[in-house]
Amino acid sequence: MNTYLLSILIFSPLLGVLVLLFTPSHDEKSIKWIGILGTLLPLGTALVTLSAFQMSGEGLQLAEKFQWVSYEVFQSKGDVSYPIFYEVGVNGLSMVLILLTSVVSVLAAIASFSIKKDWKSYFILFFLLEIGMLGVFAAQNLFLFFIFFEITLIPMFFLIGRWGYLEKEKAAYSFLIYNGVGSAILLIAFVTMFMKTGTMNFEQLAYTFSLPQSELNQLNITKNFKMGMLIALLVAFAVKLPVAPLHSWMVRVHVQAPPPIVMIHSGILLKIGAYGLIVFGAGLFPDQFKSLAFVIGLFGVINLLYGAFLAITQRDVKRVLAYSSVSHMGIVLIGLASVNEAGMTGAVFQVVSHGLISALLFFLVGVLYERAGSSNLKDFGGVAKKMPIFAGVMLAGGLASLGLPGMSGFISEFMAFLGLFEKMPVLAAIGTLGLILTAVYVLRAVLAITFGAEKELPNARDLSSTERIPAFILLAAILFIGIYPAWLSDMLRPTLDVILLGLGG
Amino acid sequence: MDLDTLFSFEWGVMSPEFIILGTATLLSIIDLFMKRESSRKPLAWLAGAGVLASLVAIFMQLDQDVTSILYDTYRLDSFSKAFKILLLLGTLLVLVLASNYKKEDVEENRGEFYYLLLAALLGAMVMASSADLITLFVGLELLSLSSYIMAGLERKNKRSNESAFKYVVSGGIATAITLFGMSYIFGLTGETNLFRIAENMGNVELLKHSFLIVFAFIITFAGLTFKIAAAPLHMWAPDVYEGAPVPVTAFLSVVSKTAGFVILLRVIIITFIAAPGIGSEPLLLQVQPYVMILAAATMIIGNVTALRQRNIKRMFAYSSIAQAGYILVPFVSNSSLLFELIWFYLLAYLFMNIGAFTVIQLLTSQEGSNDIGVFRGLFKRSPWLAVPMTFFVLSLAGIPVTAGFIGKFGIFMGALGLEPAHYWLAAVMMATTLVSYVYYFNIIAIMFFRDGDSEGKRVSVPGSMAAVLAFCAASVLILGIMPDLALDFFYGNFDVNEFFMQIETEVHTHDH
Repeated sequence: MNTYLLSILIFSPLLGVLVLLFTPSHDEKSIKWIGILGTLLPLGTALVTLSAFQMSGEGLQLAEKFQWVSYEVFQSKGDVSYPIFYEVGVNGLSMVLILLTSVVSVLAAIASFSIKKDWKSYFILFFLLEIGMLGVFAAQNLFLFFIFFEITLIPMFFLIGRWGYLEKEKAAYSFLIYNGVGSAILLIAFVTMFMKTGTMNFEQLAYTFSLPQSELNQLNITKNFKMGMLIALLVAFAVKLPVAPLHSWMVRVHVQAPPPIVMIHSGILLKIGAYGLIVFGAGLFPDQFKSLAFVIGLFGVINLLYGAFLAITQRDVKRVLAYSSVSHMGIVLIGLASVNEAGMTGAVFQVVSHGLISALLFFLVGVLYERAGSSNLKDFGGVAKKMPIFAGVMLAGGLASLGLPGMSGFISEFMAFLGLFEKMPVLAAIGTLGLILTAVYVLRAVLAITFGAEKELPNARDLSSTERIPAFILLAAILFIGIYPAWLSDMLRPTLDVILLGLGG
Repeated sequence: MDLDTLFSFEWGVMSPEFIILGTATLLSIIDLFMKRESSRKPLAWLAGAGVLASLVAIFMQLDQDVTSILYDTYRLDSFSKAFKILLLLGTLLVLVLASNYKKEDVEENRGEFYYLLLAALLGAMVMASSADLITLFVGLELLSLSSYIMAGLERKNKRSNESAFKYVVSGGIATAITLFGMSYIFGLTGETNLFRIAENMGNVELLKHSFLIVFAFIITFAGLTFKIAAAPLHMWAPDVYEGAPVPVTAFLSVVSKTAGFVILLRVIIITFIAAPGIGSEPLLLQVQPYVMILAAATMIIGNVTALRQRNIKRMFAYSSIAQAGYILVPFVSNSSLLFELIWFYLLAYLFMNIGAFTVIQLLTSQEGSNDIGVFRGLFKRSPWLAVPMTFFVLSLAGIPVTAGFIGKFGIFMGALGLEPAHYWLAAVMMATTLVSYVYYFNIIAIMFFRDGDSEGKRVSVPGSMAAVLAFCAASVLILGIMPDLALDFFYGNFDVNEFFMQIETEVHTHDH
């Protein structure tokens, strides 16, 4: 059983697709239930995987490997074959992200009760998207990573373009093109590395690139080549993260896509960017990564401040949250730039924490939009009176977002800045301004909605029982990580240790 | 040549060609004796049976060694077998399209299409097996002339007439250019046999004329790229594709293009492999920039112009120009993967393009329009048409899990694999692929996102068309997930080295 556990996990959403294909497309209720059950299956499998996963185990676990594609190349030095394998496996980092994915997917499926049309094709695409996300984190070679990476793009394009709001098609296109640029750069970099080293496996690549320069010369790998590859990877994942000034597509997606899809997008898909930066950037080219640390940190601080500034000026709460995501991804960069244990841990914590917080907040905004048909701040006020639970959860989510101690956001920001202060105190000092700005825009938005003069709200129902499930689960997870971070950091430590070892500190 | 010699040749080598020739002859005779008003559909089935039989004949030849007949002008080697399979498979699918092709202003009961198609196929197969400039040229002309007539088959349709005329004129010019180039090759080496040309090209004497060799290369190459619709000889494609009946368009964009690559590989790679360039570099290395610019220009022109097309057939014309550009990339990198890369890409291209044309034919003939708007709301109307079309379009765009991605990935490997890696060519290919997303995904957006006024109007799909769709869609997916099925078949049955293997044949048999 354990031999194929990961593959079963990755492809388990396919079962939902199969069942849906034989469900009549007008049967709204069954389809929505299949949608939820279909995401519970990967969650269950993910939990089984977690129980089979050894917390303190180093290196790759539950690995699978099969020969997949083989080109035979005849060269003057003799036949060289370039086999491409299907290889998956998990380490602490990917285990955490797989868990996050399967949890957020279930909650997004529950939130999809608000979807108004074409439920059948909606959930089929939703399942395909989940396969892509699970696969990205489990893939252990470049080829497979790229394929799963692209698999997430296509369902997203459809989900935004068909079920989104007014300017959905434009948003779908800008999503496609920006991410297309990212993956184009990624593919060139991947194939180049493959052809130079003859392998696509992460560990083997990391080993090859860590060889002394004298041996690398035989493979024609120079220092400049490594630097070029790193920059290509950084740019590719910067589009995904996104790093300013490449963020406009992401704001558009967050405003136009349907709420459950935004939950997935900001909760998980953006994290692929961070994951890529850690695994490929810091993992494959540690020396070069270190020499670019200042630039990365600088971009991190710019992201943090720029996102926060823009978030303050927005009138639409969706845009506030979208820019808040830009700002929070800056903290990931800040953590990475510090290249030490605290910073790295902070970055990964921020990935998980922001995944939960933004999923929660976007879910709440979706609820609000469904009630009022608007997400403009000036249309709301005094919601707390009629929707007390909603207001309470929203306030809690906002506080988590601004980094209140006791919640997950605090740990990640604290660690990331702790790391950066050690290495680049000036930059870190400037960055802390961002934390103040964060408090300003979060409180401005949350308070404007929940408190103040009460405004007319046509359908002011409080959270229904189905809506409470995602809200409470996400909030509980945020609190759990905030109060007991050791659970997460224990799981991450072996993986981060390996990366830090490569970084030499 | 006396009768003995004639019989001494191993004619079994040509059995697939004979089957096609026989079927075509039979069809034309049957057509003569058929009543004017009776349906010509049975002819299509007969033609299909002939193509299938020929395909079987090729599979029976798979483990045969390299053989050549007719004084080494006609070869049966891995190369010819591999590509003939593509040609036959493509024609078979086109036949299904043709047998279902209906249009109000076309007389339905016309049989010549079927035997013209077979004649064109025969020409293409001759090209695949030829090892001599003269036989190559005969094959090329047989293919071209039949195609010209096929393009103008809708006699009462102005567009079709225009298309045929443009095709004849521009095709004639291209042929002239090709011949001009070949005359230089002959003049320099005094031979028409490709292998003996190659031998003579290595001659030290020729070093003095290296300038002429480069000239001969450029002219021949330019002339031969006409069939694959590469820049700068691509302008015929949009007009011809637009005016010709859909099955003919499908044939031109798939089978004829494959034949174009076949002749390009044969002539260019064999003839010039040992040719000296100006200075110390070998010719093929020296002309790399030229081929590179050609490939890049083809990709750019095809993809950028496709953006502005509203007519779906024109859009696919530019798309097929762009695809030809991608397949030219391996010619630049010239890695040892050359053959399997091109073969695999053409195989993938066959499925995705014929699949797409199947949908296009169904839609355009039902709606009576070639506008891209025929796709409006297709997902609502006929999801079983919209979903395969999505696969084909995704594959053309090179998205993973489709055959098109594996094909592109391979081309990428070839381009970046050898030293020096062709980074900028790869970058052009990637950038133009991105551009292509815009128009390919536009089709998807129209099918899925816009529920038009034609809502509820289902498209009726005849059984044989549905079979083609299912077959193409399944192949696109299966080759995308398990490309080794095709690659193992290739490596298991074909030996690339045979391509270069000259056979000292029984040239002397007629001496006794």
